[in-house]
Amino acid sequence: MEEELLVSGRMNHLIDPQLNIWHWEIPLYLFLGGMAAGILSIAALYFIRGREKDYSTAVRLTPFLAPVLLVLGLIALFIDLRHRLFFWQLYVNIRLQSPMSWGAWVLMVITPVSFIWCALHIKDIFPNWDWKFKWIYEIESFFNKYKKVLAWIMLIYGIILGIYTGILLSAFNARPLWNTSILGPLFLASGLSAGAAATLILSNDKAERKQFARIDLVLIGIELFFIIHMFMGFLASTQVQIEAAKLFLGGPYTVTFWIFVVILGMLIPALLEFMELGKFHIPAIVPAVLVIFGSLMLRFIIVYAGQVSRWLY
Amino acid sequence: MRYAMAVDTRKCVGCSDCVVACQTENDVPHGFCREWVVETMNGTYPQLEIEIRSERCNHCINAPCVRCCPTGASHFAEGGIVIVEHNKCIGCGACMASCPYDARYPHPSGYVDKCTFCIHRIKEGLKPACAAVCPTKCIYFGDLNDPNSDVSVVLKKRKSKTLIPEAGTKPQLYFLI
Amino acid sequence: MASRRDFIKISAMGAGVLVLTKGTFGAAKLLTSPDEAKKLKVDLKRTPTYCEVCFWKCAGWVYKTSEGKIWKIIGNDEDQHSNGRFCPRGTGGVGMYYDEDRLKTPLIRVEERGRQVFREASWDEALDYVASKMKDISSKYGSESMALFTHGNGSSYFTNLMKAFGSANIAEPSYAQCKGPRDEAFLATFGEEVYSPEVTDIRDTKCLVLIGSHIGENMHNGQIQEMSDAIDKGVTIITVDPRFSTAAGKSKYWLPIKPSTDIALLLSWIHEIIYNNYYDKNYVEKYCSGFDKLKEHVRDFTPEWAYGITTIKPDLIRKTAKEMSNASPAVIIHPGRHVTWYGDDTQRVRAIAILNALLGSWGRRGGFYRPAKYEVPSAKIPKYAEPKKAWTDLFPGKYPIASSPVSNLLIDGSIPGNKPAYPIKGWIVNATNLISSIPDQANTLKAIQNLDLLVAVDTMPMEITGWADVVLPECTYLERYDVLRVSPHRKPALALRMPAAEPMNNTRSAYNIARGLALKLDLGAYFPFEKQEELLDWQLKQVGSSLEEMQRIGVKTKEREADDLYFAENENVTFSTDSGKIELYSKSIEQAGFDPLPKYTAHEEPSEGYYRLIYGRTPQHTFGRTSNNPNLTDLMHENTVWINPKISKAWGLINGQYIWLKNQDGVISNFKIKVRVTERIRWDSVYMVHGFGHSQKQMKRCFGKGASDTRLITKVLTDPLMGGTGMRSNFVTFVTENSEKEVAS
Repeated sequence: MEEELLVSGRMNHLIDPQLNIWHWEIPLYLFLGGMAAGILSIAALYFIRGREKDYSTAVRLTPFLAPVLLVLGLIALFIDLRHRLFFWQLYVNIRLQSPMSWGAWVLMVITPVSFIWCALHIKDIFPNWDWKFKWIYEIESFFNKYKKVLAWIMLIYGIILGIYTGILLSAFNARPLWNTSILGPLFLASGLSAGAAATLILSNDKAERKQFARIDLVLIGIELFFIIHMFMGFLASTQVQIEAAKLFLGGPYTVTFWIFVVILGMLIPALLEFMELGKFHIPAIVPAVLVIFGSLMLRFIIVYAGQVSRWLY
Repeated sequence: MRYAMAVDTRKCVGCSDCVVACQTENDVPHGFCREWVVETMNGTYPQLEIEIRSERCNHCINAPCVRCCPTGASHFAEGGIVIVEHNKCIGCGACMASCPYDARYPHPSGYVDKCTFCIHRIKEGLKPACAAVCPTKCIYFGDLNDPNSDVSVVLKKRKSKTLIPEAGTKPQLYFLI
Repeated sequence: MASRRDFIKISAMGAGVLVLTKGTFGAAKLLTSPDEAKKLKVDLKRTPTYCEVCFWKCAGWVYKTSEGKIWKIIGNDEDQHSNGRFCPRGTGGVGMYYDEDRLKTPLIRVEERGRQVFREASWDEALDYVASKMKDISSKYGSESMALFTHGNGSSYFTNLMKAFGSANIAEPSYAQCKGPRDEAFLATFGEEVYSPEVTDIRDTKCLVLIGSHIGENMHNGQIQEMSDAIDKGVTIITVDPRFSTAAGKSKYWLPIKPSTDIALLLSWIHEIIYNNYYDKNYVEKYCSGFDKLKEHVRDFTPEWAYGITTIKPDLIRKTAKEMSNASPAVIIHPGRHVTWYGDDTQRVRAIAILNALLGSWGRRGGFYRPAKYEVPSAKIPKYAEPKKAWTDLFPGKYPIASSPVSNLLIDGSIPGNKPAYPIKGWIVNATNLISSIPDQANTLKAIQNLDLLVAVDTMPMEITGWADVVLPECTYLERYDVLRVSPHRKPALALRMPAAEPMNNTRSAYNIARGLALKLDLGAYFPFEKQEELLDWQLKQVGSSLEEMQRIGVKTKEREADDLYFAENENVTFSTDSGKIELYSKSIEQAGFDPLPKYTAHEEPSEGYYRLIYGRTPQHTFGRTSNNPNLTDLMHENTVWINPKISKAWGLINGQYIWLKNQDGVISNFKIKVRVTERIRWDSVYMVHGFGHSQKQMKRCFGKGASDTRLITKVLTDPLMGGTGMRSNFVTFVTENSEKEVAS
């Protein structure tokens, strides 16, 4: 018989009996940030490729969600901090080895950029919008002149935003479940998928909806590929990784993961979108909401399950 | 200068004096601990063996907690001691997630806390509180780069191991076996 | 007072200012970050003290913050007991001071609306009450009907009071419930006891044999330190224990003996050592008497014979006997400390003493050294009136070997049904929780119900206080002066205890309480010094020191008068026995009507489905005294019951499950206890740490945590020689569902 026990009564709050330092705030932010990243990247991409007119919702309307999502995400992050009065330290230090530091700075760039992008298109929603001040009109025309540059910035930072959350988690090799380099691309794909789903809901243009349904389908396929790859990697790796994978293969997170994330969040929307492409009419909102839900659940489950996976005791 | 600590598992009886001394010396809040004692036992009665270890932050050379800190609050001080600067810490929790030894804890005041090798005592030429109090004198502390320090001498004489070496953090807490 | 006592749960009361520091509960915030050490000039005040958390009395320093708040306790480097290193309980002693559940003010039992409750009282009121009751008892029954149960450093003050009052019925439970049998055994053999700290020369020994002693779990500070030194020097440790103790984990040989059969093993070792001529011939010839009778006595006690009884294989018995002999005279067969196991304990420790004598370890390096101490005069007081009745008169003829009063005998003398020669009607209980320290709780409670007066002096609201008429709150050792520590050691040493803080709330020191009571009883002449400082200064000046010096240095050690730490080569030593020699064959025990040489008797074994209850210590707590200490509850807040995996499997119990224990007399543990499934315990026994299962709600951290082993020890095997209460013949079974409600006390 093998026994390993703590003799000295250790029970550090939030650390024992298992790590529990991140609660709903972090997965919520990861989801909001990922979806915003998806929205902004897609908007920027299509603008740069000159498809603004074909996908006007994606380029001009959906991005209005982005600032809201980002601000909510930032609020969630702020609430999560335990030493809030010192949050500003994030912005007077840059640590290239810390993905969290990148995140802070990326958000610092992309949030204003998203606001500016929306400001440039505000007349789509409020045709009679008046900036009132001459200098604001001057700024507006400046950005309109360099809109392509702005779009490139938005695209690059959007992708970084989408992928860094996964890299952030995967840098924690102390949590074997997260310690896989597939997590970054998986989160990016999930974010793009959620962003595409947003356009799917908001768009009135049939062609646009069809295109985005196709995009979603492809992204879902990529995500499934990543997930399978991830599990194969875990099961072929060291004991701690196998234990981590077991959390989803018979362990406590099995049902929630496979049902909420994979079946409801990926397979059923994919099926529905297939059917849509095959001329069966399904209200677009259904698969889109499922995709967004699945993206949210993916973040929640990965964050919670990751804190359970460990090296010791 | 590279500070390290060695714990002689042959002598450690698991009394947890190190834990209490650290608590009073460093004003660790009740309910939290910077050190802890682990007992591992295996075999079947009466063929049994036991190992008792006094554990704490390993002050790793390749510390993931320093790498992942977004503000630099978690940093290396003299001798490689890993320290948290309280007023730079935002309480994001990244360091706690990154430590494979779960050596850190969230202090009720908001910042993250952990063993500091009693750096305030080292600066006065004293040993860390745990090493100074241990009744079995099983905790050795010193500068690895000094061949005459307690810890260098004992590591040369005895076989030792570290915990989870495969995590790649290069911990500086050795267990003499 | 009502004719029947109820157990009163002390509720959170207490006027008086609760002195708690700001910031985190516990020690005051001194250094919140490593940088602050630089900013704060570390000009720390410190006062000397010696620890009261256990009986080892390590001397140390109490450090205070610049605001004068108690911060931490560190050992005094000059102190031989601790060598500058305190144990976890000593280090955690600050928790005793800061514990908000402490007793705060005197309490008197009154009846209010049909219920018995405690009413807060002033010291004057409380002491008046006690004094008047004591005078009542004295006039009705005689002063001898007052008894004192005491422990710790306040004992001398209350002993002085009682003797002045006219009673010598003063018992320390540490005698009959703990080390009494071993002291008598060594007294009968060597003419000298083993003292406290024990005079075992562990740091220089080559072979340490532990019979049940779980050094490493019992935190005898000096012994653990010396054992560690010995391990570095390559000592051979032989542990005899049915449980794989921490010491067993560090042993070269672990003998997993069947419980209650130790005497057989010891006798077979004696046989081996004699019949193989391993013994120290010169030593035995020069110093011992009765060798031939011993040799004849152990003729048939071969290792094979012992194997059948102990389950220890004969070749292991032979190997370990040889190992011990090779180390001779630097070998210690440890006398143990808590030895009240099976009722034949004096005889078992006699076997240990004999073994030591044969190997020539008594008085030799690596064996037992000769202690030395300061002789400090006491204050000049009037002669005590000789009490007309002694404790031995209560039940004439009982426990003839006992050289100290037997606590359980005094308890029995308080029950009229036992027909003592005179009744015991009043108890003062100082710093000992009789409910937890005396086995057979029902008997203790029966005695208490017959008392006219029960006074409890304590720092915490322990269970005994719930039965008292008057509760007198003492301040902790960090808040008072006390007697000088003059414990014997390798060099004579003095240690001073001085207060690091003023008594909290409305508490007082034992000296103050005893003196206050004496004044009320017109016995002030026996406490001539009003302030302890004056007494201590006077005493210290008689031995070439002063209070001022001791406050500065804490510990004063001097060289021995002669170089006699060990016997010199061929020294002519006269032992304080009747024959002047080491009595292998004890004439004094024979004269008292008992076996002059130890014999093995079989003891009861558990029946089907029952397991022997074995209890022990943990280095993180001192019995039940520290169960509420916040620094120590952080380490361990409940005990667990160790169950062998074979048994747990048969019962379907899993690790971490909570169960009740029921003993052979149908008594169920008061609270649930957590199961630890471990291979470390034998399948016929279960093990738990003593001191948990507290039932006083006021002790918020430890109330209801773990279970009380004392409650389950209802069968007592009393040692007929000296009254020691053997506690290891109780057997428990497991109860997974219990409909009985929680039982008070």
